[in-house]
Amino acid sequence: MIRFDRVSKRYEPGIDALSDLSFHVAERDMVVVNGHSGAGKTTLLRLIAAVEKCTAGAVLVGGQNVGALSRSALPWLRRRIGMVFQDQKLLFDRSVFENVLLPLSIVGFPTRDAAQRVRAALDKVGLASREKALPVMLSGGEQQRLAIARAVVNRPNLLLADEPTAHLDSETAADVARIFHEFHHVGVTVLIATYANDLFPGARRVQLNHGKLLP
Amino acid sequence: MKVWLTHHRKAGLLALRRLVAAPVNSLLSLLAIGIALALPAGGEMLLANARQLAGTTSAAPQISIFMAANAERQAATEIESRLGKYGGIRQVLLVTREATLARMKTNPGLRDVIEALPANPFPDAFVVTATDERPEAMERLAVEFRQWPKVEHVQLDSAWVRRLDALLKLGRTSVILLGALLGAGLIAISFNIIRMQVLTHRAEIEVSQLLGATDGFIQRPFLYYGVLLGLGGGIVAWLVVGAAALWLRAPLNELLRLYELTVVLRSLDAHDSALLLGFAAGLGWVGAVISLRQHLR
Repeated sequence: MIRFDRVSKRYEPGIDALSDLSFHVAERDMVVVNGHSGAGKTTLLRLIAAVEKCTAGAVLVGGQNVGALSRSALPWLRRRIGMVFQDQKLLFDRSVFENVLLPLSIVGFPTRDAAQRVRAALDKVGLASREKALPVMLSGGEQQRLAIARAVVNRPNLLLADEPTAHLDSETAADVARIFHEFHHVGVTVLIATYANDLFPGARRVQLNHGKLLP
Repeated sequence: MKVWLTHHRKAGLLALRRLVAAPVNSLLSLLAIGIALALPAGGEMLLANARQLAGTTSAAPQISIFMAANAERQAATEIESRLGKYGGIRQVLLVTREATLARMKTNPGLRDVIEALPANPFPDAFVVTATDERPEAMERLAVEFRQWPKVEHVQLDSAWVRRLDALLKLGRTSVILLGALLGAGLIAISFNIIRMQVLTHRAEIEVSQLLGATDGFIQRPFLYYGVLLGLGGGIVAWLVVGAAALWLRAPLNELLRLYELTVVLRSLDAHDSALLLGFAAGLGWVGAVISLRQHLR
């Protein structure tokens, strides 16, 4: 599903965010990328979603070298990937329902079916009763679950999450982690970048340290 | 195809919602665009009416021959006969001094003056229409007629029509120039408004890109916004020109009546209205396209 082939990413001369990274994530796998702050976890996810391009090597997603994709081809890659961002990137002037509807609107999903899909996704993350609320009215945990609902509403086969349990209390973090496990159990490939080690038991671990893979 | 149409319908509605969401800002923008467009549109309306005025008068070049005031009728008859035999003349109309006097008396402003005169001051006259209407041929005829006996004055009556025509051409060029300048202004207004819109919706654009939106999906609402701005401005301009035409109609009619002319001042016709709205919408779209190229990369 995902292959990193000797990937390096350099933002400034002499400072490598990622250095000669090689690993692969199989289909239906659940992988947790651990590492301290600044280890390169977010950069790794951004390379997979082609938000950035690597300086050396190749990142392959579903056999496609995402760094070589043209600007017009990028949307088609991203539609296959569900992304939960570290800062969530919710639209605060739109309701919970409209936030989750956005990915379906982008792909031109029929309106009536889209509403059903959105409600199913909100139900899955326990926000069915909050669809008319604005994100600002939600708690931190609810906002995180909203971000997850938006990431999965398109039923992607790859789910990326960047620190999805950051700033959450342990109970809420466990609740959010449980949702990821559920998606993994129904066949979604899940890649989570997190400093939290104990929330995702059973997941394969990839340890990053200053942009390098630890054995 | 259905998805494509759905995207366009949604983008159009979204643009409309954004326009309505800030009514005061939108209204002021539409007024700025509308007033800028009203100037060339109003110029075009005045030109169209001036053309109508020119059309109501004889545009065929004619030569007026005025006999000397002391010339006998016999002299006029000789000239008439001479004109009848002269090559290159299509029509000759004799206007006798009595007919001219009678016509002048019908003018209320002149009646008292004319009746106070001891004798008929008007000469016999001829209105000649030539077969060759080119200015140089007409001028040659005029020079020839001036040599004839008892002819006091020869006048090329088409001169003022040609002057009006030249003025209309100048006016037309000025309107095009003004239209081009203010059109560029409209593009600049649209460019700036779309830039503000992009900045306002920066977060939404970024999220949409990350969720797999194409450039077309992201740009479409802004393009519709530009078109709606232009179209709305065009409608404002159309209303301004229409109101101006209504307002000016009565005083203009009064003025024209003094010159014995009757022209009803008309606002823009269907063709010019459609052209104005299409032009405005197009310029709004162009401004949006340029702005998006600058600010969405």
